[in-house]
Amino acid sequence: MSVVAIKNVTKVFGETTALQGIDFVIQEGEFVSLIGPSGCGKSTLLRIIGDLIQPTSGTAMVNGKPARQARIDRDYGIVFQDAVLYDWRTVAKNIALPLELARWDRRRRAAKVNEMLGLVELGGFEDHYPWQLSGGMQQRVAIARALSFDPSLLLMDEPFGALDEMTRERLNMELLRIWEASGSTVVFVTHSIAEAVFLSTRVVVMSPRPGRISDVVTVDLTQPRTATTREEPRFFELVTAVREALHLGHDLEQAPA
Amino acid sequence: MSVTPTAVQPLPRGGMARLVGRRAIDWLPAVVVFVAIIGLWELLIRALDVQEFLLPKPSAIATTFWDTRHELWSQGWFTFQEALWGFLLGSGFAILVALVLARWRPLGAAFMPYAIAANAIPIIAFAPITNVWFSPLDKSSKVSIVAVLCFFPVMVNTLRGLTSVNPRALELMESYAAGQLQIFRRVRVPTALPFIFTGLRVATVLAMIGAVVGEYFGGALNALGVQILQNARVARFREAWAGILMACLLGIALYLAIAAIERLTLRWAPSTSD
Repeated sequence: MSVVAIKNVTKVFGETTALQGIDFVIQEGEFVSLIGPSGCGKSTLLRIIGDLIQPTSGTAMVNGKPARQARIDRDYGIVFQDAVLYDWRTVAKNIALPLELARWDRRRRAAKVNEMLGLVELGGFEDHYPWQLSGGMQQRVAIARALSFDPSLLLMDEPFGALDEMTRERLNMELLRIWEASGSTVVFVTHSIAEAVFLSTRVVVMSPRPGRISDVVTVDLTQPRTATTREEPRFFELVTAVREALHLGHDLEQAPA
Repeated sequence: MSVTPTAVQPLPRGGMARLVGRRAIDWLPAVVVFVAIIGLWELLIRALDVQEFLLPKPSAIATTFWDTRHELWSQGWFTFQEALWGFLLGSGFAILVALVLARWRPLGAAFMPYAIAANAIPIIAFAPITNVWFSPLDKSSKVSIVAVLCFFPVMVNTLRGLTSVNPRALELMESYAAGQLQIFRRVRVPTALPFIFTGLRVATVLAMIGAVVGEYFGGALNALGVQILQNARVARFREAWAGILMACLLGIALYLAIAAIERLTLRWAPSTSD
């Protein structure tokens, strides 16, 4: 069964058409990146999947039900560019927040928080407050929080965009490990071609004005990806393919109507 | 990848250290300045032979304060009660109103310009009026003016806090299908707390001012403001200054009490000292 099914979605904000005629399907266990220049509507598309924005026309289905029902059923976890941790809650309590809202009892919450701390390798930091953590650590807390209630879908909106290159590459590896361990489906918005190719099983290339899908690149690199994946010739070929698809989308925009 | 928890600065521990927020040594510069100013004041008055009605010596004020400490305490306590009740009533009502205005935004939009305008007018000018509404001898005339004084800064700050939530934090709660009440309790109120305490600290200062100045326009004989005024009228300047000192001490005490509650409440914040 498809985890995400977008059918003919269009989104109009005032005079601007943010998305036009978007169609795509994501299968269970996939890692799909949405890539494109600013204004191509990739974050808007992610929010439509999460039912944080409603499409002007068309439908978004998650796990075979309308996106709204999926949100109410807590079928997905979301991570933003900034960690959006609640300053007044410790690391453990931040991770436990969705569990509190889902009315898990205290003991079950504590056990799950411990498990998540282990998953994102933050054992020993449970009683720290967000301001005491580095940016990379904060983002790992955000990931642990998004996965704490075992959602089948993980939505990520440029989660590593504000981090330095070293931290970003390390968190990329960690994310892949977490993806494998949790078995969830990931939709990942990014600006970085290399990051998209390295992480994904498929890269959805988008172009702006109006936002639309200009190409889909299937990434056939061997799993699991390792540090040397970035040095394989096939990695460079795929990076080139995505880059060309992006430029083609750009040219389409420039072409006279 | 390994990270050691020790790499991160630990929270300050211990009751007193947390309440005061600094070590004794950090207070040293402030203490030195205090002693220097008092010393200079004493010296200048002796050296220049300043008349007592202009400014008494600190030592004279301190002596009078000590000699009349029982009367001063009884008068101070009377006035402090007015300030405290006015503060509690005004601030409590302000927080309630802000909660309502934040929940129903059109209401907030309609009231906010007036609240901000009211914040800028000298409300203390109404003190003679409340003295007429209630009896000037009755505490309620001062309590009411203090309550009105405290209301606006607390209300405006609370409302600002409740509405200045990071939009992402709200989206996150929405993604968890959280209800409005849960969002209020878990996001809006905690976000607003530092703002509320800023308002409360302003209000503590206004509370003592309101009570004392309210009494200048008439009040019970045993009120601090009435005593300060009468002593000044009959040229008992040391006594007047001793009363002012009492008013200062009580005002500072109220401020510090709120600051201590703030520290205990906002333990999570990186720094709540200022």
